[in-house]
Amino acid sequence: MTVAPTVPASRSGQARSRGPAHLSGQGRLERRWGVAMALPAILGFAIFTIGPMIASFVFSLTDWTIGGSPSFVGLGNYRTLGGDELFWKSLSVTTYYTLGAVPLALVIGFVVALLLNQKVRGLALWRTIYYLPTLVPAVASAVLWIWIFNPDFGLLNSLLREGGLPTSQWIYSEGAAVPSLVIMSTWGFGNAMVIFLAGLQGVPRHLYEAVSIDGGGVWQRFRHVTLPMMTPTIFYNLVTGVIGTFQVFNQAYVMTQGGPNNATLFYIYYLWRTAFTESQMGYASALAWILFMVIMVITFFLFRNARRWVYYEMAGAR
Amino acid sequence: MSSVAGVSGTRGRRMRPGRLALYVVLVLGAVPTMLPFVWLIRSALMNDDQIFVAPPDWIPNPFEWANFSGALTAQPFLRYFLNTMVIELFTVTGTVLTCSVAAFSFARLRWRGRNVVFALLLSSVMLPYAVTLIPTFVMWRSLGALDTFLPLTVPAWFAGAGGGVFNVFLLRQFFLTIPFELDEAAYIDGASPWKVFAMIIMPLSKPALVVVTIFTFIGVWNDFLGPLLYLSDESKYTLALGLASFQSVYTAQWGYLMAASAAVIAPIIVLFFVLQRYFIEGVTLTGIKS
Repeated sequence: MTVAPTVPASRSGQARSRGPAHLSGQGRLERRWGVAMALPAILGFAIFTIGPMIASFVFSLTDWTIGGSPSFVGLGNYRTLGGDELFWKSLSVTTYYTLGAVPLALVIGFVVALLLNQKVRGLALWRTIYYLPTLVPAVASAVLWIWIFNPDFGLLNSLLREGGLPTSQWIYSEGAAVPSLVIMSTWGFGNAMVIFLAGLQGVPRHLYEAVSIDGGGVWQRFRHVTLPMMTPTIFYNLVTGVIGTFQVFNQAYVMTQGGPNNATLFYIYYLWRTAFTESQMGYASALAWILFMVIMVITFFLFRNARRWVYYEMAGAR
Repeated sequence: MSSVAGVSGTRGRRMRPGRLALYVVLVLGAVPTMLPFVWLIRSALMNDDQIFVAPPDWIPNPFEWANFSGALTAQPFLRYFLNTMVIELFTVTGTVLTCSVAAFSFARLRWRGRNVVFALLLSSVMLPYAVTLIPTFVMWRSLGALDTFLPLTVPAWFAGAGGGVFNVFLLRQFFLTIPFELDEAAYIDGASPWKVFAMIIMPLSKPALVVVTIFTFIGVWNDFLGPLLYLSDESKYTLALGLASFQSVYTAQWGYLMAASAAVIAPIIVLFFVLQRYFIEGVTLTGIKS
């Protein structure tokens, strides 16, 4: 999970009423304990984030096979990337997957959240039913879906055959492989749904009442209250969804090994293969940095575009 | 829990047909959601003769319970389970402890640079894991820690490092809702910040701590990439890794595969049923809705 870009820092400056009776020792005590208690987090950030980030960038400027000694190649890796067909293939496969998976999860998650936001009997049960798939460990769901996609005896083709419909080779055909994985990912729309549900609970009731007093019906309530009030949540799910799908790995590793014919060569899978089976640490680091930049650029444009449609209740809440 | 039904009050009694349609849609939506589970369970309880018939049977006949014992003894799944639980123990403890200490510092102690440091920490949540993956691996390798549980557990003791920062954020949000007068009173009585943390804030924060515990537990249970990267000796495998290797060995033994998958999925689902309301609370707690 990632953090809502809209939330941080807004409350960090929350003023605390400090009595004038404050002893001078108290400030020093807080300072000392404050730094000490934040220390594990600060060290963790230094050791597991900033340090590796710098190292990763340095690695990306070298030609380095693990076990050997690195040689500095400047931007050579990045230049090689430009002509690397598999790099472009993995980028397009990943984009294709994101364009399919994110909108589907958002739309279905939103609709189901709307339904479950009604006074429904057995609410806990419904919520559980729709949330369950997201709890399934990635590997277990991969194993399950290989079987569901099995062309001869799998669930999907069995159903299609019984309905007299044309069957598919699913993950075993170049054309259907990514759409198959999109279907599989949509099964886990529960994550987006839960966040939508939380968002729906935050919509102020009095706004609905206002619309009702003006004679507005269900549609007006949805169009003029729910939808605008939910745009920050939709935006949050969109951003985290895109960032998440750009980092897909397990399906490619467990289910398809990037095949058939590189049709599911997801970006991180390609990176993984480069680093840990071909042992090209420098080149793989360059791949990582390009991914970082791609994600930053996409996020930047999403944020810029958001100004046009995301509605924030409080001005200045970013 | 009941608060989820938020809007309902404004809907009138006259919505009878709409009500019916709502339930119809909910049921129809539940079918594709639950079908893979049904398929999993029925396949887990069938022998090969039943699995490979077309059109497919839905009810196993006879019920092949032996798949479970067969699958779970074909590979040392008990061993994998114990390995997973050892990692869980160290990871959950470390995360809860160091994240709540840090969150306390960021929420309730004033020190220079606090907000800058917190913002920096938060920004790391947006970083793709691929960027730190290779250097972190190289680091553990040069420390001779490959094929140990250290790379999988030690980061937890640094406030979860990386993705774990989310927990610091969540706990901090919760700590901010506790009245500051409590601290003030304790300080006047001469308490140290540690005492305030341990005696006042922690006991009042059980819901948030439970949420962090659950999220961390599930994260470890579902983690595949970490164990794949760091564990190579089969006796050290976790459940997720064990299942993946099982899959590549028993490709055609669907009954076994499904039984093993079910065994990996079941505990997490049971956990969800027992602690259901905390999950929803966790999402609400994060303040995402604002």
